[in-house]
Amino acid sequence: MQIAVGAFGFGLLIGTGGAYGKLYGGPVVRDLLEVYTTIVRAVPELVLILLLYFAGTDLINRVLEAMGYARIDVNGLVAGIWVLAFVQGAYATEVIRGAILSVPAGQIEAARAYGMSPGMMLRRITLPAMLPFAIPGLANLWLIATKDTALLAIVGFSELTQETRTAAGQTKAYFTFFMAAGALYLALTLVSNVIIGRIERWSRRGMPSVAGGAQ
Amino acid sequence: MSDSASTSLATAETQNGAAEAIHIEDLHKKFGQLHVLKGVSLSARDGDVVAIIGGSGSGKSTLLRCINCLENPTSGIIRVNGEEIKLKADSHGHTVPADRRQIERIRSKLGMVFQNFNLWSHMTLLENVIEVPVHVLGIKRDAAVATAEALLDRVGLADKRDVYPAFMSGGQQQRGAIARALAIQPRVMLFDEPTSALDPELVGEVLKVIGDLAEEGRTMILVTHEMKFAREVATHVVYLYNGLVEEEGPPEQIFGAPKSDRLKQFISNIH
Repeated sequence: MQIAVGAFGFGLLIGTGGAYGKLYGGPVVRDLLEVYTTIVRAVPELVLILLLYFAGTDLINRVLEAMGYARIDVNGLVAGIWVLAFVQGAYATEVIRGAILSVPAGQIEAARAYGMSPGMMLRRITLPAMLPFAIPGLANLWLIATKDTALLAIVGFSELTQETRTAAGQTKAYFTFFMAAGALYLALTLVSNVIIGRIERWSRRGMPSVAGGAQ
Repeated sequence: MSDSASTSLATAETQNGAAEAIHIEDLHKKFGQLHVLKGVSLSARDGDVVAIIGGSGSGKSTLLRCINCLENPTSGIIRVNGEEIKLKADSHGHTVPADRRQIERIRSKLGMVFQNFNLWSHMTLLENVIEVPVHVLGIKRDAAVATAEALLDRVGLADKRDVYPAFMSGGQQQRGAIARALAIQPRVMLFDEPTSALDPELVGEVLKVIGDLAEEGRTMILVTHEMKFAREVATHVVYLYNGLVEEEGPPEQIFGAPKSDRLKQFISNIH
């Protein structure tokens, strides 16, 4: 849970920055971000996790050693959060980029015409205005984040799936434990859906309902 | 306005003592190969209502949008309240404002009204009106709300304060957008074809609001297709043709006794 929240949160930050960089950044920034989103989205998460976790900690320790510091043990929780955030960030970049492009250009122009600084425009106009377009995509990302934590079992981090395997192995009651784990994931998703639904309704407060028009 | 015919040459102070609010000199704007403005000069003193008319593609909207640098001019001088907008060339050779804070400060004194209203859709009408006063100008929220309510009352939208723009008619949205522009206590109001996106039956309510503003002596620059309206409210009319000022003068002269053949033809086509 902590990992999912942390990874999703940092992933959102990376995604917002990435989307801005891709839309408004210079050519170098854009190319770098293109490489980032393409590679991260092309490589399976499992491979990325192994790569970033083992290669990443190795790299950090080498740098530390080169600078004359002692090797450190990377905290599994922190590493897990950053590895997943790195993956989530790439997907969030694309979701948020698309959402920003959906905001009517006139509203951003109006903000410029009234002397808003770029930071204020982002905070007061662009982000709240793009939110309704981003929520469905971000909700998917959140649900994926909750389940990607299971992949961290591979690097020895004990989360729900890993704990279940251990418990099931010891008691031989595989079915019970995995059903219970599945139910827990389902419960998490159901609670998430309720919360996301509320956020989505709030973010769409300025928009007429589409449902009424389809009847 | 005895000297309005010579305003293109006017300096910061003119005979009648009114300060020059907007001064544009030899403005050029190119979009790639397309040369939209080919050296336009324009001046508006306090209390002037300048109507810019012209056919589609004549550059009138571009001219208006250059005043607050929504479009960056390729070359030329723009002065707002006597302060010249500093421009520089960026790495691609485009002209851009040199000082972001300067252009933001100048923009916050110009009340822009757009063709498509451009109210912020995630805010109620009241929130739209107080947004710039509170967050850009630093006015206290209570004071801003009081001002906003008075303005909404004035444009006849007091009962819509908590409604989101998408739930209002085009005419209501445009009147709300005018209230948003007035809330910053603008030195100059800029109107970019404020009625062109409206259904015909909604045009009147918006023109009435703009007409009242002209009557109380607000300085305004108005790009419009409503010739009858321009004739009624403007103190000075500028006819643009193909990126140049073809003819300018008081409305009686422009509409009553046009000199150039193109303006004559333009006016006869409208009527």
